[in-house]
Amino acid sequence: MAGPGGDMQWCFSQVKGAIDDDVAEADIISTVEFNHTGELLATGDKGGRVVIFQQEIENKNLPQFRSEYNVYSTFQSHEPEFDYLKSLEIEEKINKIRWLPQKNAAQFLLSTNDKTIKLWKISERDKRPEGYNLKEEDGRYKDPNSITSLRVPVLIPMDLMVEASPRRVFANAHTYHINSISVNSDEETYLSADDLRINLWNLEITDRSFNIVDIKPANMEELTEVITAAEFHPHQCNTFVYSSSKGTIRLCDMRASALCDKQSKLFEEPEDPSNRSFFSEIISSISDVKFSHNGRYMMTRDYLSVKIWDLNMENRPVETYQVHEYLRSKLCSLYENDCIFDKFECCWNGNDSVVMTGSYNNFFRMFDRGQRRDVTLEASRENSKPMQVLKPRKVCAGGKRKKDEISVDSLDFNKKILHTAWHPQDNIIAVATTNNLYIFQDKVN
Amino acid sequence: MISTMECAADAQSLISISLMKIHNSRTQRGGIKLHKNLLVSYVLRNARQVYIKEKYAEIYRMQQYEEVMTVCNEIQELNPLDLDAEDAEDEEQARSACCSAEESLCGAACHRGAAQPVAHARTASALFGCSPLEDGSKEPDPCYYRSCCMEPSPVSHCDQFTANSNMHCNKTTVLDLDTHVVTTVENGYLHQDCCCDALQCGQGAQSPARKRKVEFGCCVSDVEDVSDFTAARKRAKREDCCYSNLDYTDTSNISNLISIFGSGFSGLLSRQSDLEQICSKQVLASLGAWTRAIVAF
Repeated sequence: MAGPGGDMQWCFSQVKGAIDDDVAEADIISTVEFNHTGELLATGDKGGRVVIFQQEIENKNLPQFRSEYNVYSTFQSHEPEFDYLKSLEIEEKINKIRWLPQKNAAQFLLSTNDKTIKLWKISERDKRPEGYNLKEEDGRYKDPNSITSLRVPVLIPMDLMVEASPRRVFANAHTYHINSISVNSDEETYLSADDLRINLWNLEITDRSFNIVDIKPANMEELTEVITAAEFHPHQCNTFVYSSSKGTIRLCDMRASALCDKQSKLFEEPEDPSNRSFFSEIISSISDVKFSHNGRYMMTRDYLSVKIWDLNMENRPVETYQVHEYLRSKLCSLYENDCIFDKFECCWNGNDSVVMTGSYNNFFRMFDRGQRRDVTLEASRENSKPMQVLKPRKVCAGGKRKKDEISVDSLDFNKKILHTAWHPQDNIIAVATTNNLYIFQDKVN
Repeated sequence: MISTMECAADAQSLISISLMKIHNSRTQRGGIKLHKNLLVSYVLRNARQVYIKEKYAEIYRMQQYEEVMTVCNEIQELNPLDLDAEDAEDEEQARSACCSAEESLCGAACHRGAAQPVAHARTASALFGCSPLEDGSKEPDPCYYRSCCMEPSPVSHCDQFTANSNMHCNKTTVLDLDTHVVTTVENGYLHQDCCCDALQCGQGAQSPARKRKVEFGCCVSDVEDVSDFTAARKRAKREDCCYSNLDYTDTSNISNLISIFGSGFSGLLSRQSDLEQICSKQVLASLGAWTRAIVAF
C-alpha cells in the first residue's frame, strides 16, 4: 500500500454535492461505503437515494489522479411508507449500504432503511439489440402479414448505461429500527440488526429469516439497553459481534446455539467513577463497531472516544483514542441541542494501521496506531483546490488560544462528519459532511 | 455519585428538557426512537436522583430544630432507641444494613439549626425518628435521611424515606403532623393506619392551622398496568407551598413527574398517553403550583 510510515499528508481530490449552504433535508448523506475493490463508492441519503461513484480507470495508474471518482449510477432505493396498523411513518432514509463481493459482471449491494432491506443489482449495458423481426425500431409491433423474411437480430454498441434493479426485498422482519446490516464471509447469508433483535437471512430467501439475538425483556419497563450495531467477523462465518447502548460488546458464535442470546465473550471496560455525570450513559453508548481487516481486533466508537479491542481480551480495550475530549465539559449544551445523540462511525485503513472517525466543525480525526500519532483535518470548501494539501487543525480546549487554533466555543456543531470510509487497498478516503462527499488522497511526492 | 459540577438547579432544567424531548419524540417522523428515548430516560433518572437529594437536603436546612426536637422527645418516650446521625457517605451502607436488619431502626434526623418558624415547615408529613441527642442543642453532622425497611407495626413508629430511590425498601410510613394519621405506602398502595394516640402529645409542636394536603408518589416499578398507575395518580393531590426562598418557577410538577418515572425505563413506554397528559396540561400549563411527591422507596 502506498504511503510511508512517516508523516502522511492528505490532499483534496474532489467534492460531490450541492454547493449552496441551504441544505435540502433529502440530500443529507446518511451512509458511505467502498466496495471490496475500492473501485466503487456508494452513498445513501435521507431521501432514500443511492448514488454510486466509480473510480476513473484511465487514471488508476497515474498516482496523483487515481482518486477521481465520477457518478456511475443513481437510483431511488427506498420510498417513504406508512404503517397503517401502528400509524407510523417509515422514513426512507438509507441507514446502511453494504456491498456483496463481486461474483460476475454485475455488482450487488444491500441497502436498508428502518424496516426493509433491499438487494440491488447494478449492471452495465453497453450493447443493444437491433433488427427485430416482429418489432419496429421504435418498439411498435409490425403487422405479422407484412413480414416476408427472417433475420437474426444483432447487438450493436451503445453508450454505457448502468441499470440498478431490485432483486430481493427483505421486509417485515423488524419491529424496531434497523441500525446495521452485515454480509457474512460465506457470501450466502447476512444479518440485520434492530434495537432489540438480530436476524439472519439467506440472500436468496426473502420470506423468512432466523432470529439469532433477542434482547427484548418480557416487560418493556425493564428495558435497560438496546443493540446499536452488529457485524460479522471478516473471516469466521460463525462469529459476529453486537454493541449495546451500555457500552458493551458481545461476541457470539452461531455454532453454540440457535439463539445467541448468551454471548461467547463480553467486552466491557469498567466506568471511571470520577467521570460520572448526568450523561454518562449517553456518552458510553457505542455508535459503531468494526472488525479490523485481519479479524484480530475490533474498533468501537462512543461519543468521545475510539477504542480498539483485542478479541482475546475482554476486560479492557488495548487502545483508546480521545476524539474530542474538550467536549466533556460541554455535554449539557450538547444534550440540549441533541448533538450528544449523534452517531459517529469509524473505519480502518486497508492494513489496519490507521483508524479514522469524524467530529464537529467538519473535522475528522485519524489515529496512527503504530506511530502513536493523530491528526485532525477539515473537510471544507475553502480547502478544496485541486491537490491542495490539508493543514492539520487544532482545537484549543482552554487557556490561551494559539494562532490557527480554534476555540471550542467557535466550533460549528451543525457541521458534523458522521460517515467516513477508507479505500480497502489504497490511501483514498471518502468523508461525508452534511450534504457533500469529500474525497481525499495521500500526497504523492 | 453525580459529578459535583452538576448542581441541583441543572437537574431541574435537565428534567424539563428531557421530558420535552420525550414528548417531542412522539411526533417525530419515523416513529419513536427507542434508543434515544432510553438514553433520555437515563438522564431523567440521574437528574431526578440529584434533584431529590438536593431537595431534601434543602428541607433539612429549613426545618426548625426545636420542632424536630420536640417531636423527637415525644417519640423517644415511646420508642427509646439508640440512634446515630450518619453522613451521606454512610447512606449506602445504612440502606443496605437497614434493609437486612431484623430489628426496627429509626434513622436519625438532624439538621442544622435554622430558625424557621413552624409555619414554614414544608415537609409533607415527614416524621423523623430522632435520636435522643444528649446535648440536644446542636448537631454538627449534615442531615440526611436513611431509609428503613420495617415490618408494618401499626402505630408508634416512624420511618424516614430516603432521598435516593432505593430498590431495597419498598415501604414508607409517614405521619401526618396535622391529622396524626400514620400512613404506609407499600409498593405504591396506600394503607392508612389508625391514628397514633401516643403521638398526640406532639400536638404542641405541630404545624400551624394551615391545611396541607399530601401527595404520594407511587412506586411504578411494581405497578403493572395503567389502571393501577392511574389509581395511584388519583391519590396525588396538589399541595400549596409558601416557601418564598425557593424558586422553582418552571418546575411545577417536577416532583410529581419524578415519582412517575420511578426507576429505569418505567413510565416511558406504557405511560406515553399519561405523559402526554401530564406534559401538556400540568407541566406546561400550570406554573406556580406546588406539588409534593414522596418517593416511596
